[in-house]
Amino acid sequence: MGKRLYSREHEWIDVDDGIGTVGISDYAQEQLGDVVFVELPESGHEVESGDELCVVESVKAASEVYAPVSGEVVEVNDALGDDPAEVNANPYGSGWFVWIRLANAGELDELMDEDAYREYLGELA
Amino acid sequence: MRALIATAGTGSVTPEDALLETPLGALHRELGARMVPFAGYAMPLQYRAGILAEHRHTRGSASLFDVSHMGQVRLSARPGASMESVARALERLVAADIVGLGPGRQRYTQFTNGTGGILDDLMVTSLGDHLWLVVNAACKHDDIERLKVLIGEECDIEVLEKRALVALQGPAAVAAFARLVPDSQGLSFMQAALWTLDGETLMVSRSGYTGEDGVEVSVSSGGVDALARRLLAADGVEAAGLGARDSLRLEAGLCLHGNDIDTTTTPVEAGLAWSIQKRRRLEGGFPGADVIVSQLRDGPPRRRVGLVPQGRAPVREGAAIRSSSGAPLGTVTSGVFGPTAERPVAMGYVAGEAAVTGTVVEVERRSSWIEAEIRSLPFVPHRYHRS
Repeated sequence: MGKRLYSREHEWIDVDDGIGTVGISDYAQEQLGDVVFVELPESGHEVESGDELCVVESVKAASEVYAPVSGEVVEVNDALGDDPAEVNANPYGSGWFVWIRLANAGELDELMDEDAYREYLGELA
Repeated sequence: MRALIATAGTGSVTPEDALLETPLGALHRELGARMVPFAGYAMPLQYRAGILAEHRHTRGSASLFDVSHMGQVRLSARPGASMESVARALERLVAADIVGLGPGRQRYTQFTNGTGGILDDLMVTSLGDHLWLVVNAACKHDDIERLKVLIGEECDIEVLEKRALVALQGPAAVAAFARLVPDSQGLSFMQAALWTLDGETLMVSRSGYTGEDGVEVSVSSGGVDALARRLLAADGVEAAGLGARDSLRLEAGLCLHGNDIDTTTTPVEAGLAWSIQKRRRLEGGFPGADVIVSQLRDGPPRRRVGLVPQGRAPVREGAAIRSSSGAPLGTVTSGVFGPTAERPVAMGYVAGEAAVTGTVVEVERRSSWIEAEIRSLPFVPHRYHRS
């Protein structure tokens, strides 16, 4: 696995051999509260960086998750259909959303590493 | 990630620093509450346990809710006047029978406007020498102004600004409260009484907004922190926030003013005709009585119904409802994932002829339509303590 990178909208991506696993950060799941439903894209779906990727629903609210990079969705985490609470319990593990095959690895430079993201969260508080 | 739909009813634009606090603000923070703006107040959306756990705990045991943001008003008789004159005055503004409300009894009713719309919904309790009104936080200033202008010459109107309100709800609620006030176990649903505890006068009603048994307790602002801590110290009692309160009331089929009822919906359309007693239907004498009485006679043009969408995806307020052949039928007014129902549940209005239990309709969810079945309310049976 590579190094986890974060967007300003609290998505994370972990790139390995041109394919990035995407989820939302621990901060994001905490803000959302109990996740009860995740609407995932279909495999094969092409996204541009910043496009809507998924919709995450908590008991009371719906939130959009954006693609942190451009590329093709090559795999989705169907297990979230039965167990959406994994997004809360394991946001960096079994709570992942999709795999994206990166169209432009240069976009990763726009994202924050762990230290920068922690600093960014500090500014939000 | 960005919120598409904010938490229902919290769309206040008040800047964070201008928010009011209830007298339980310190306790909320101590308990790790996530505070959100609601009707001008900083209120706990949830505590550490989260909405799902707080909801389930309420149905299984007992939860304490701070509802001190709600408006409390006391109506009493002018010197030499009777309480009946006070009740008659209030009846000019609401559709329920208040004259017939005996001491220690509580009734749910609505302030209506000239077209039969609902300005606010409220609880009216007779405590013998006065009526105790509890109104919604978002409407309280307008309600109080309206009371003062329209019936202020016929009764004394005291806004109970120095009183807090907490709700203890769930199957274990009354037993927990009875440890402090043993006689409270004698109340039945929609009965109320005054008790003294630690020198504080408590106004207690056996009612609530969750569909469960429980009490609502009015106490002084200075006394509420100690009372809340004593209740939370009881076995089986935990704090619950506005998030759980909303999912509980929706499963119980109870209306949220501003969502499910407002100035454009009548009590008949909203399925609240049960709250208009016979004498008021015959005599009228409340705002919009002509519209409401004719809807009672001929049926309303639309009705509030329960909706159960297929699958796991919640539908949300504002979503359009159409027939399976695509004809517009109405709009969703509240929607959540129901933790006890273990599926999404919603309420909305549909045209009168479509408001038939079992009818399959379609509800808009983002850019697609999903099937939903019209259901009778509540989604989770009420468990009130009726004598």
